[in-house]
Amino acid sequence: MENDKQKFRLLDTLYILMMIVPIVFGIVLKILTTPQSEGIAISGAKIFFTINLPIQNLPITESQIHSWLVMIAITGLCLFLTHGLKEKADTKRQHIAEWIVENAQKLVIDNMGDYFSGFAPFIAAILSLSAFSSLLALFGLYAPTSDVNVTAGWAILVFFLITYYKMKCGPVVYAKSFGEPVPFLAPLNIISEFATPVSMAFRHYGNVLSGSVISVLLAVGLQGLSSMVLGKLPGFLGEFPLFQIGIPAVLSIYFDVFSGVLQAYIFAMLTMLYVAGAFPADEYFRRKAKKSTI
Amino acid sequence: MLELAIGIILGSCALGAGVAMIAGIGPGIGEGNAVAKACEAIGRQPECKGSVTTTMLMGCAVAETTGLYALVIAILLIFVAPGRLVDILMETIK
Repeated sequence: MENDKQKFRLLDTLYILMMIVPIVFGIVLKILTTPQSEGIAISGAKIFFTINLPIQNLPITESQIHSWLVMIAITGLCLFLTHGLKEKADTKRQHIAEWIVENAQKLVIDNMGDYFSGFAPFIAAILSLSAFSSLLALFGLYAPTSDVNVTAGWAILVFFLITYYKMKCGPVVYAKSFGEPVPFLAPLNIISEFATPVSMAFRHYGNVLSGSVISVLLAVGLQGLSSMVLGKLPGFLGEFPLFQIGIPAVLSIYFDVFSGVLQAYIFAMLTMLYVAGAFPADEYFRRKAKKSTI
Repeated sequence: MLELAIGIILGSCALGAGVAMIAGIGPGIGEGNAVAKACEAIGRQPECKGSVTTTMLMGCAVAETTGLYALVIAILLIFVAPGRLVDILMETIK
């Protein structure tokens, strides 16, 4: 009995460490690799090293590493919440875990219908990955979602899902869907097909990136302002960052917390709407019923 | 002569970025309309506040897309285009 309790506590600490260590690792990596005294600058993701491959070289960038850190942290959180589940919920963490799962399933079934109820884990995964990636900016790290490659990867995944569900009734129905409402609009339909992932990727990345660009501009401006006001004072007082205290935090709440979480929600929502809208439900169920009668 | 050419490149990139951001007017007006209508709807039916707010946020995000296209173009013009164009200029001079 005593042994079991100890084992349980040990695993708990392990999972909590799994949540915290990736973030600390990212901060340490950032401190170690940031070049000295470049001042405040707007820059893209840093390239750590490049793997040579036959067709195209694969650069390992900050955004990839940070995505992996976020994924490990989320895995740790999930393992911690679901550790020691009982049939009847009596711990706080089990209540939280059940609340999350129930809400994810409710969201998916409300927006996509019963046929897509299996989508709940995927939507919850995209939602949490995107939200936590944006929230990584709170630790001063590079948010992976402000790199267009990351959001474009997710958008391409969604594009394949949309095409897969459009193909559910066979390629003929899929090809016919381009000729609606009139056949000569087919080129426009094809363009709008490709515009979906592009707009999804740009929407998410543009919102997060614009927030970080504005934050950097504000930081530079406030630095100039405080050096203008206090610059004449001698010694330590002349470099005192008077205006940089507190003011950037207000913008950070809007751009990092509100905007990041809202964009994650919108990305998940649009994924659900597009995938559910692409599925020709009437045709599919009609054919299924026909097959079952034969 | 070379300085003049590089100056023209940098100046026109900055001008282009500024002109591109005129597109920010559209989403501003559109989102303002959406929020105004949402306020009216909540005033009429306060019990629908939750669903009206989520639908409004969705609509705002979709309406924002055109503004974000302009933003992406502006960011490309400021941070990416000058370097590329100057490289091309140097290669043509050689």
